[in-house]
Amino acid sequence: MVNVLYFASFREMLGKANEQINAEYNTVGALIESLATRGENWQKALLENQNLQIAVNHDVAQRDTLIKAGDEVAFFPPVTGG
Amino acid sequence: MSDLPHIKIQQEDFDLTTEVAALRAGHKDIGAVVSFVGTVRDINEGDEVSILELEHYPGMTEKALEKIRLEAHERWALESSLIIHRIGKMYPTDQIVLVAVSSRHRENAFYAAHFIMDYLKTNAPFWKKETLPNGDERWVDARISDKEAENRWVK
Repeated sequence: MVNVLYFASFREMLGKANEQINAEYNTVGALIESLATRGENWQKALLENQNLQIAVNHDVAQRDTLIKAGDEVAFFPPVTGG
Repeated sequence: MSDLPHIKIQQEDFDLTTEVAALRAGHKDIGAVVSFVGTVRDINEGDEVSILELEHYPGMTEKALEKIRLEAHERWALESSLIIHRIGKMYPTDQIVLVAVSSRHRENAFYAAHFIMDYLKTNAPFWKKETLPNGDERWVDARISDKEAENRWVK
């Protein structure tokens, strides 16, 4: 089980803030591939988006970052604070 | 460094004088304090902005800010430092962010405050959403200039 979070424009585009995903994936990339099969919005936001930002357990991550059960994976657009 | 919180994420406004006084309290070795206050503008991308709403990623935000703060302490000889970032709804002229650092000598404080602010812009998970006078809402896009500002600090 992986806890997946979506922030800002991603939360609005995908219609959810978080979800538990049951299947096991080795990498963030594999998780993205699976989520992208849900539809066009998912494909655009996660698979095709060059600006996609990823965090695993609150640290910046990449598509090849390894994930395991219990991890928290977050997807969001580039940050704009300050 | 004191035991006071160094990172604050809050909805409430902050008072610069109070925060800087707390930052300096008990430090007889401080010769310089540099503080930066970011404020909400009434215009962005040529459009009037009525409301600015700040969203963040609780947990990661604190971790990311603390990492930036500690890196500043590694790079420059600082006595103390503080980052306050507001979240929620804000309006033009409101204060949105405070970065304050103290050091024995001013140069370190100037550099460190500038560095912390540049890194915060591109590394801390905050997102801005603007509401225009006609009620339209839009997320603020990341700026290439912010990434360039960060890159100038790459060793």
